[in-house]
Amino acid sequence: MTKPHEIDVYEPVEGELPKEKFDELEAFINSLESTDGALIEILHKAQNLFGYLPRDVQLFVARKLGIPGAEVFGVVSFYSYFTTEPRGKHTISVCMGTACFVRGSDKILEKLKEKLQVQVNEITEDGLFTLKDIRCVGACGLAPVIMIDDKVYGRVKEEELDGILDTYR
Amino acid sequence: MATRSNILVCGGTGCLASESDKVIKNLELIIKARGYENEARVIRTGCFGFCEKGPIVKIEPDNVFYVMVGPKDAKDIVDEHIIKGRTVDRLLYREPKANEIINRQEDMPFYKKQLRVALRNCGLINPEDILEYIAFGGYEALGKALTSMTRDQVVDEVKRSGLRGRGGGGFPTGIKWEVTKKQDDNEKFIICNADEGDPGAFMDRSILEGDPHSVIEAMAIGGYAIGASKGIIYIRAEYPLAISRLNTALNQAREQGLLGKNIFGSDFSFDINIKYGAGAFVCGEETALINSCTGKRGEPNYKPPYPAEKGYWGHPTCVNNVETFANIPQIITRGADWFASIGTEKSKGTKVFALAGKVKNVGLVEVPMGITFREIIFDIGGGIQGGRKFKAVQTGGPSGGVITEQYLDTPIDYDSLISIGSMMGSGGMIVMDETDNMVKIAKFYLEFTMDESCGRCTPCRIGTKRMYEILDKITSGKGTMADIDALKQLAYMVKGSSLCGLGQTAPNPVISTLKHFWEEYMAFIKDVDNPRGEGRHIAKNKIKFATEK
Amino acid sequence: MSIKSMDELRKIREEHQNKVNLRQSGNNQEDRIEILIGMATCGISSGARETLNAFVEEIGKQGLNNAKVITVGCIGYCHSEPTVQVNMPGQKPVLYGTVKKDKVPDIVNKHIIGGQPVENLILKVDFERA
Repeated sequence: MTKPHEIDVYEPVEGELPKEKFDELEAFINSLESTDGALIEILHKAQNLFGYLPRDVQLFVARKLGIPGAEVFGVVSFYSYFTTEPRGKHTISVCMGTACFVRGSDKILEKLKEKLQVQVNEITEDGLFTLKDIRCVGACGLAPVIMIDDKVYGRVKEEELDGILDTYR
Repeated sequence: MATRSNILVCGGTGCLASESDKVIKNLELIIKARGYENEARVIRTGCFGFCEKGPIVKIEPDNVFYVMVGPKDAKDIVDEHIIKGRTVDRLLYREPKANEIINRQEDMPFYKKQLRVALRNCGLINPEDILEYIAFGGYEALGKALTSMTRDQVVDEVKRSGLRGRGGGGFPTGIKWEVTKKQDDNEKFIICNADEGDPGAFMDRSILEGDPHSVIEAMAIGGYAIGASKGIIYIRAEYPLAISRLNTALNQAREQGLLGKNIFGSDFSFDINIKYGAGAFVCGEETALINSCTGKRGEPNYKPPYPAEKGYWGHPTCVNNVETFANIPQIITRGADWFASIGTEKSKGTKVFALAGKVKNVGLVEVPMGITFREIIFDIGGGIQGGRKFKAVQTGGPSGGVITEQYLDTPIDYDSLISIGSMMGSGGMIVMDETDNMVKIAKFYLEFTMDESCGRCTPCRIGTKRMYEILDKITSGKGTMADIDALKQLAYMVKGSSLCGLGQTAPNPVISTLKHFWEEYMAFIKDVDNPRGEGRHIAKNKIKFATEK
Repeated sequence: MSIKSMDELRKIREEHQNKVNLRQSGNNQEDRIEILIGMATCGISSGARETLNAFVEEIGKQGLNNAKVITVGCIGYCHSEPTVQVNMPGQKPVLYGTVKKDKVPDIVNKHIIGGQPVENLILKVDFERA
């Protein structure tokens, strides 16, 4: 099994991406027994560290693994779990699974767009929330469901939304 | 207006034949005569599935169940039960053997319709304590396989059990194992598909959260049978709790020597790694899943070669779903004959369904194959919420079709579902009532497949998008008959010319709603006065949609 | 520790047989009470964790040293989460639904101490386990 090629990794240009995180990512990659087939795992780690996968992070991973940047971007753009845009402090995910849909999650999503003045996958002006629609969190018994970060809110009613949002403000 | 009591009277064919319509009429008359219209309401329901004791009357919320109610009994039900709150004992169901009076529906033996094989330990054992799993007979199947069965015997047992893949396709598990076993390669893999992506199905999550060891044990048995020493669980990153419990379980199994080298003192060694999905529905397809495991885009490959021949890193690989695995330990301990005694001729055992949507008792149910939709939705699920009327049920998620009232008594198995235009899928069962608009449901599913199409095959990538656009046009009232024709044509084209199951089945929701709910499409079409407009009169009587309330 | 034979596996199984008896039929010699709490995703988002904490607290307050709180997976009754099963020696296990934390003192006092199940919270089990 091969170790990643030793390639000089250029200094990240974007000032706001902290160097320690790149170091941590590098240490993680170095700790892997083999990087064959580990790209998705590495990207999960990177997204955990940075919160998203900006161009610099993708290129960093590409160079570290000795593969083309396009290959990394190909994987990042394929999977909906990966995001190339920064996220708000809290992520609001509205479940658009079938069970939630037939119980009106589409209306919940519309209301949230209206209240937060954003579209799906956008961040609110104050940087507090990102709104997302996701596929089934598997809590169909509680439909319609929204998730804020890791907390699941079940049987959500439109009139409850303000109260829920306020707890994060 | 909400009433204090609802009197549900069965309006099924069986009960109608025994005069349930007269019961309804009398109940209504007497309630009115007593001035209780605001207190109690009579509702005609679908069949309770207990026709032999009909007519059936059920009082809610008391949940009292009366059988063989004649028109003359209406007076007692209103005067005694509704007004005085006393049950009418002579109408209660008596269990034939014990002659015991049973007044609550759930106590009736008839209603024990569920049999839990895959979910046997869920909710019963602590998933983070391997000793509890062992106490309930865990790892005995693995021990039995390793110490007293040859690899061929294990494969044969699974083959004879008739177990078929629970992830959707229904391919016989034993045959998959046999083919992988036959391959001449000293490195083979067994993969557990835990990338549960069907929106509306969550049985795999539930098994992994409630009984992770059953999957680990089964993978080890499978590894022994096919000759693999490495297993991979490919799981959605969106299931953090399942992932954490799996990790705990894997560590405990290693500590106990149930994973690792020389398990049960045999020369069989086996261990399992976890790989994370990243949100792509198409990765439920096995070749796409294998690509994703190697860190690539999860696009499907052309088959053959099948993964059993050339899979993970080019080695023979067997991919089975979580629920499929969860059945394996029981098949080994209790034997193929026991398993094959459950279910129908061609579909053995049980199936877990995630019952959701407009049904009262939303939840996971595990039932023997061959049960009818009516039994699941009305007996186990408690019927439709709010006393509304059943309209359709969707199985197979975005790959399946809608099933209408006329098919409610179809015994459920892999083949019967296909014959009525749907499929088993992973077991999502979404119930829709009269207020759901089926064109919008079709559009919802198509939006899903359009988003999830991996883009490899042009007909699927572009076809689903065009179909979605047409449905969007139709639902916004701008569609014409020409659009319907184009929609149909596209549907068959996408179905016929896509590489993997996603594209091949993506048009199913459209095809089946076109077939069963033509008039709902027509209600949206503006040039319906055109000579082909079969739904003209319906369009004139505007259909009211709850989604627009 | 490592299990190397069927005999060793069976020994562990026998050592823990009491738990099986208690959970399945209530036949158990030991004076042990178990409270199983459904803690899968649905249960937790319906408040199972709060319910669990309330049980631990209430049991401590009452000094019930023989009662144990155990987390289990989901039994599929999503419509009535959180679900709690109380296993008492000599009694058939009782399954409760929609046990929010405020229901906990009732269950502890009436059922676990008083021996009388709380009727209005009982869920009927409509399945058999293989």
